[in-house]
Order: sequence, then structure tokens, then C-alpha cells
Amino acid sequence: MMLGYYFALALASLRRNVALTALMIAAIAVGIGASMIVLVVYRAEAGDPIPDKAHQLYAVQLDNWGPVRHMVSSSQRGDGLEDQLSYADAVALMRAHAAKRQAAMYATSMTVLPENAQLSPFTVSARATYADFFAMFEVPFVYGSPWRAAQDEAHAKVVVISNKLNQSLFDGANSVGRYIRFAHGVYQVVGVIADWRPVPRFYDLTVGAYGDTEQVYLPFTTAVDGNLAQNENTDCNQNAPGGSRDLQSDCVWIQFWAELPTLQDAQAYRAFLRGYARQQQQNGRFHWAARTSVRDVPQWLQYEGVVSGQVELMVLVAFGFFLVCLVNAAGLMLAKVMEQSTRVATRRAIGADRWAILAQYLTEAALVGAAGGIAGLLVTQLGLSGAGMLFSNDVFRIVRLDGSSISIEMSLAIAATLLAALYPTWRATCVNPASQLKTR
Amino acid sequence: MLEMKNLSKVYRTEIIETYALRELSMHVREGEFVAVTGRSGSGKTTFLTIAGLLEEATSGEYRLDGVDVRGLSDTRRSRLRNEKIGFIFQAFNLIPELNVAANVELPLRYRRMQRSERQRLASEALERVGLSARARHYPSELSGGQQQRVAIARALAGSPRLLLADEPTGNLDTQMARGVMTLIEELHQEGATIVMVTHDPAIAARAQREIHVLDGQIVDIIEQPRLVGVASGGHATNAS
Repeated sequence: MMLGYYFALALASLRRNVALTALMIAAIAVGIGASMIVLVVYRAEAGDPIPDKAHQLYAVQLDNWGPVRHMVSSSQRGDGLEDQLSYADAVALMRAHAAKRQAAMYATSMTVLPENAQLSPFTVSARATYADFFAMFEVPFVYGSPWRAAQDEAHAKVVVISNKLNQSLFDGANSVGRYIRFAHGVYQVVGVIADWRPVPRFYDLTVGAYGDTEQVYLPFTTAVDGNLAQNENTDCNQNAPGGSRDLQSDCVWIQFWAELPTLQDAQAYRAFLRGYARQQQQNGRFHWAARTSVRDVPQWLQYEGVVSGQVELMVLVAFGFFLVCLVNAAGLMLAKVMEQSTRVATRRAIGADRWAILAQYLTEAALVGAAGGIAGLLVTQLGLSGAGMLFSNDVFRIVRLDGSSISIEMSLAIAATLLAALYPTWRATCVNPASQLKTR
Repeated sequence: MLEMKNLSKVYRTEIIETYALRELSMHVREGEFVAVTGRSGSGKTTFLTIAGLLEEATSGEYRLDGVDVRGLSDTRRSRLRNEKIGFIFQAFNLIPELNVAANVELPLRYRRMQRSERQRLASEALERVGLSARARHYPSELSGGQQQRVAIARALAGSPRLLLADEPTGNLDTQMARGVMTLIEELHQEGATIVMVTHDPAIAARAQREIHVLDGQIVDIIEQPRLVGVASGGHATNAS
């Protein structure tokens, strides 16, 4: 009952001094808005793209180039390991089947020849991979399902397509069982995936962390048969001449992921990988003790430098700015409370205890915080749009205010404003009710 | 109703101690109308703030309606204030953003009274002061006399045991002051216990008893001040 009354009082109080109210709301809106711009970017960069399995999925690395390098590749990190595998290693690891699930993969493209002759052929992004890809990465399906593992072995001409492609080719109908003609052959649709976009696109960071997911997925074996070229980075050196089309070369161009549900599984897989490298050395392929590595998703994102130190610094700076804005808002609230000390004293004199005054002014602060949060959402949205136009960073193309960001912003605005209001409110509770009798 | 024994109030700074009240003792009976008079700075307002539980005495005993108020928590004092005391301020002290009815309901709100009951009591109080027609007006739309009547209605709404009036006519012209004093006298005749602080002898003369305060001490008590020249020690003592 009293809360409703305090709410009505707060509204009346805020309306009474529109300029002061607007200043308080603006201070909070600018502070929270600016902070959230940076936080939204940070969350996109540092977000967990697959929370349920982040610690079960591992990117696999193997030092197939050895200690002597004549060229440092762009993808090489400080530890000298490449972030992709050669065809020989990827296929060997797939055959070993040492993980619960595993998928070698590479990005390519395919040209669609529409049945409707009036439509021009068009190129779509594609990913050559294995059946396990879909279960490993929890890819949601609208129609059908992934192809079967046997179809990997059989080099089947099957595809899983995106919802978007299904929309343009089949008007969104269930296309499972239907065929798509590509420039290099006809493929049967076995599944249509729902909108799926892990951010960052952790499973392949070779051309940026924020790219779209692919429109077509086809068996790795079939793609290699069809000489579907690797679209992204292929790294070679003098020890590894050749190109992605040379399947015998030690050029690296394949991403490899393994699903290892428990830490024991991960330990076992590490041991298996070391054993594999040792065997390659014994076979004379490597003249060095090849290092290996498996990293789970958070480790992989950190290793690949997805989160830049600059953004982390910006988060600190932005929240420092928010703090300054809050201090300003607190100052304005204090001025307002002091201006209202007569009213406070009157209320105290006729029976309001300190808690009642505290509740009244905190309700008002919460309302200011909520209004600041709403105005802050506008600032954030404008800021993100503006940054997207000003900066070429891919992350600005994909960041947006989603439900979780909105609730964070609103909660933060209200909580921070309440915190800022504590001192002014405490001062209000300290107003001496006797002052109304003593001040003429 | 109101009983003070050897009450002192001292304001201390690092360099000086100021006695606002000094060993003051007083007894106000139920239904009595008492005026406390004195020059500016004599301690009469400090007396009223302590009587109204707005401040605590430094020493001495104070019982309000039988309750010893020494050492009570802020919440308990606030509740006592709300239930037993009605204030009438010199400057009216209405909340400007609340309309007349909402101002009168204010003490009842802090009593967490149901809305219908609150509205009924506020309506009765406004009726009593002759301002029912102004219930939806805001204080700024009323004359000074009307504002003071609203303040009296607010003080009456919760049926307090004691009305404390601080220079109730101090901000009013003569005609309005006369109207407000007539209303206060009527309330007294209906049984209200009233303690009024004033520096105006003519206003004080309308009380049953006038207590004159100087330097925080009671220096004179006049019973029936209307009857010129009649004075007695009555119920008050000055222990200083």
C-alpha cells in the first residue's frame, strides 16, 4: 500500500522540478548508455558462444612444421603452433575416432544453379565437415537431421542447408528429400537448420570471429572428392610446400574439433595426440618431437586473441565514466533533498519514521534510475549504430541490444542509482523534524 | 495528559553550553487549554519540540498520556507522535504537491489506515473546519487562513490526545487569526487538550492557563488569564 503511495509521490516530485529531473536522468542515461555500448561489444567478444559445452569441445593443434620455419604464418601464435591441421593429420585423427565426437572441417563455397531458369546462379558459403559437427555444436534443425556417419564414409552427395537458403530456394517449405543443383553436381537435402549464429564463431576463427554461419554444409569427403577449394587461410612454408589441393602436402587448412565430455576424456585425448605425434616421428614424417595441444572453447578464444585488451580497458574507462555520472546524479539528488527538507520535516513531525522517509526517497531514486535506464537504452542503441558506421570492426555489425543486455542495463541503472541515492536519502532521514518549529 | 518533571535541554558546542530549558516541570490535564508565552529565545519553542517528541530532553522526565518517552526509538517516537499528537504550525506546513484532502490524510497514511477509513476521517475533519468544498484544491489555491484550517484539519484527522500549536496565528492577518482562534477554542470546548505557544498576550489570554517562560524557566503562571489580575501557582512549579 505504502509503495504505491511512494511511487505516486515520486512521480509528483519528479514532475515538480522538470529541469532537475531531466538533468538527473540525463546524467544516468549518458553514463549507463556509454558503459553499455562498451559492455555489449565486450560481451560479444568475450561471450560464451556455446555455454552448455564450452568445456567439452576442444580445438586440436599439432606441430607438423617443426622447429625450423622459413615463413611465419599469419595464424601462428606465440607458441609457434598452427591453428589448423594438414589434410593428412585431419583425416588420420578422424579415422582414429579417439573422441566421443570429432569433426574436421573447412570453409568453401558452392554455386547454386536454380531450377527456375529466370533466376541467375549464385554463390553461397559452405562448410565441408563430418556428421558429428551438428551434434557437437548443438546445431538446431527446422526440418530433417544431419547426414549419417555412414554417408561421410560413402562420400554421399547430401547437404544440410540454412533456413535462409531454404527460404530462397523452397519458400521455406520442408525441403528434406529434395535436390539442389550446384555447379559441380546435384545434392539431396537431408536437413534444414534453424537460425544459428554462435558469437564469436568459435569453430573457425581464421577469417574473423564474427562472420555468418554457412548456408550449406556437406560431407568433408564429398567436398574433397569434388575439389571444393578452401576459401580461407591456407598456410604453407618451405617444409610444407604445395597448396590445399595437394592433399599430401603439410599445408594447414583444416580446423579440427573434438568433443571430450569429461576432464578424463580430455586427458586421454591429449595422451592419444602425443602418441600420434610420436608415431609420426617414428615413421620418419617428423624429424622433431611434435608438440600437440587441445584447448576448450574459452581457452581457444583467448588463445586466438578474440577479446582484445583494448576492449577490457574500455570497459573500465566506461564504467569509470558511469561512476562520474552517478556522482553527478547523487549531487543533484542531494540538492533536491535539501530543497525538500521542509517537507521531510513536516512528514517526520506528523508521524513518518526514518524508514518511511528512506523508502520514499529510494522509490524516487529507483524511478529516476529506471527512467535513466530507458533513456540509456536509446543512447546505447544510437552509440552502437554510430560506431557501426564509423568503425570497420566486424563486431559492430553483429552487436545489438538483446533481451539480456536490456535487462542488464535496466538493472544496473536502477541498482547504481539506488546506490548513488543512499547518501542523499540518508541525509533526508537526518532532517531534524524540530526544525519546522524552530525556523520561522 | 502531559507531565514533565525537572526537564532540561542543553545545546552543547565545543566552546559553549546553552540551556534552552532548565529544570522545567509542568502538568497539563486532559481537556485543558494551556498557552505558553515568552519572548523570542525564552525556550518556549524548545518546550514545544520536546512536548511534541521532535527532540529529546537532555535530562528530566516526560510522560505523555502515561507513556514515559525517555530513550524510545525513533520508530516508537514517530508512532507516538502520529497517534497521540496533532501539530499546528505557524507556517501551516502543508505539502504543496498534495491537494487538501491528501494533506489531511497524511498522518493517517503513516498509520497505514485503509483508504476508505482514511477518506472518511479526512472528510469529517475538513467538514469540522468548514473546508469540505475545498478538498480537491491545492494549498497554493487557498488563503492563509484557509491553509491554517487545513493544517488544523490534518492535526484533528487522527483524533490525537493532544494538540500542539506553534504560533498558530503568527502568519495570519487579524481577521483570519480571529477565525482560527475561534476554531481552536471550539475544539477545546469539544474536549481537546491544547498546548499553544505564542508571544501574543491577546491570543494567550484565550487559554485557560498561561505559562510564562523566560530563559528556559517558568517564571509565571496565570490561571484564567481573561480575568485580568488573577494569577496562581496552579499546576506548575519552577524548580530552578
